Amino acid sequence: MSQPLIDLKNITKSFDGTVVLDDLNLAVAENTFVTLLGPSGCGKTTTLRIIGGFETADQGQVIFDGEDISKLPPNKRQLNTVFQKYALFSHMNIAENIAFGLKIKGKSKSYIQDKIKYALKLVNLDGYENRSVSSLSGGQQQRIAIARAIVNEPRVLLLDEPLGALDLKLRQDMQYELIRLKNELGITFIYVTHDQEEALTMSDTIVVMNQGYIQQMGTPEQIYNEPENAFVADFIGESNIVPGIMIRDELVEIFGARFACVDKGFGNNKPVDVVIRPEDIDLVDPSAGTLTGVCTHLIFKGVHYEMEVTTPDGFEWLVHSTDLCPVGQEVGIHVDPFDIQIMNKPASEDEEAVGINE
Amino acid sequence: MSKKILAAPYLLWMAGFIIIPLALIVYYGLTDKNGAFTIANVASIGTPEHVKALWLSLWLSLVSTAICLVLAYPLAMILRNRGIGRGSFIVFIFILPMWMNFLLRTMAWQTLLEKNGVINGILSLLHLPTQSLINTAGAIILGMVYNFLPFMVLPIYNVLCKIDDDTINAARDLGANSVQTLLRIWFPLSVPGVISGITMVFVPALTTFVISNLLGGSKILLIGNVIEQEFTRGSNWHLGSGLSLVLMVFILISMAVIAKYDKNGEGSAF
Repeated sequence: MSQPLIDLKNITKSFDGTVVLDDLNLAVAENTFVTLLGPSGCGKTTTLRIIGGFETADQGQVIFDGEDISKLPPNKRQLNTVFQKYALFSHMNIAENIAFGLKIKGKSKSYIQDKIKYALKLVNLDGYENRSVSSLSGGQQQRIAIARAIVNEPRVLLLDEPLGALDLKLRQDMQYELIRLKNELGITFIYVTHDQEEALTMSDTIVVMNQGYIQQMGTPEQIYNEPENAFVADFIGESNIVPGIMIRDELVEIFGARFACVDKGFGNNKPVDVVIRPEDIDLVDPSAGTLTGVCTHLIFKGVHYEMEVTTPDGFEWLVHSTDLCPVGQEVGIHVDPFDIQIMNKPASEDEEAVGINE
Repeated sequence: MSKKILAAPYLLWMAGFIIIPLALIVYYGLTDKNGAFTIANVASIGTPEHVKALWLSLWLSLVSTAICLVLAYPLAMILRNRGIGRGSFIVFIFILPMWMNFLLRTMAWQTLLEKNGVINGILSLLHLPTQSLINTAGAIILGMVYNFLPFMVLPIYNVLCKIDDDTINAARDLGANSVQTLLRIWFPLSVPGVISGITMVFVPALTTFVISNLLGGSKILLIGNVIEQEFTRGSNWHLGSGLSLVLMVFILISMAVIAKYDKNGEGSAF
């Protein structure tokens, strides 16, 4: 990454004495789809609002294309926002909504007309110019909100949980729409969501946040396959997080059984946390399993069965598999080496604090 | 059937206290002392002193409404932007005077404005010339604004509270500065509240006779005073009713004009 388009430096923000963001640093490259992902209250929306200019950071700088824009009001920033609840202007029709930013900038009538047409086509709502806001469905309103933002040709589009209020099917459709839009426009998207599936589907880079800290930043594959700590592993998808001991490089002991893995450099006989995704567990004949247990729970989920296998130490392994293992049957657990992800145990209390609080 | 019975008390109430009195006013307004039909009572609005009273009423209530609007809008804006929720302390303080007797409040002003009242007392203490404050059009406007201001603030405040912060943020985000946001977003979206406030101030101001009695003395006659005097002193119910009908027409016209600008009916006060 050469010079980042947006660079957040040491951003700190608190509301009424509660620290929401603590010394946050984040660089966003041009023309990427970056998602801020985390549970509610993790500071992701506040981060977005600081970039948009709707909140001011207590400390730190917002650098945009090499310039400090921390003190600029929202109307002086070269970026546009799509709000969670659309925030369309109900006293204007669709065309007037889309034209708002362009009229403020004093663009010519013909230019505005062309832009409205182009934007409506882009969001697949041709011919909606004269409709009223209230006659549109939630999904359509959100498309108009996106159209209203992109006609201004921002270099960055900020999206604050834009699909949060839509139903599942529409949400999935809109995810593909957003990917298409991003590719057609060639601009940077900064997207805030608490929905991990949304984040995995759309992003080039995912920033996992919790309690005002960035937990991990990486591609969706990295975040999913190589979570750096228990919080990330638990928040992104379902997972089995078990205590283990790193015997030596590429060998880990879990509940007394030794599994081959691919991780190195943790030292010898060191306690670690081990993450194994439910779909990475192979159920085999008890004689062939590294661990053996009894199936204690079985639910049909459509694509796969969800099972729980309890091993003698009492741990319930969550298993996703298309093969069925009836409740009560003894079964062996096998995991391929590259499906085992080793994480350091939280070293300090500080790190513990940002982990899972259950 | 049983549900219709439940409506009976209300229908009785409406008949007894709204429809019959109205019908009586129409009857009195359109008859003379002998009970014969006449439009003389209504037509008497054309006499110079009645025209003068009506115009003065319209003028003073328009001025009062305008002053209320100018005072109320910024106040409602401040209340809303402080993030003060409904029922909070400042709103409470604001509503508090409304709980006190209307007459009492107006009489308090009388005491303040009198020739030998509190304000002139202070002025003479400071060796300044005393002012004739009471019994002027200004005193009446002051009384109207003072009494009716809350009716302007509350509907505007309510409608401003309904505007989502993100709608304002969106306008800012799209490049609008504070003034543009005010003119293109705040004002148009608050029209229903403004309309409602105007109705709630203009109509009572147009018909009041108490404020003009107490603060205008006998020198300034509003149409409300004329009607009141016909009923109480002149004992000419027919003339009073006829003038009431004319006033009612003026109110209906102003309501119709207002309704034209309030298509959604969001701000209807009644």
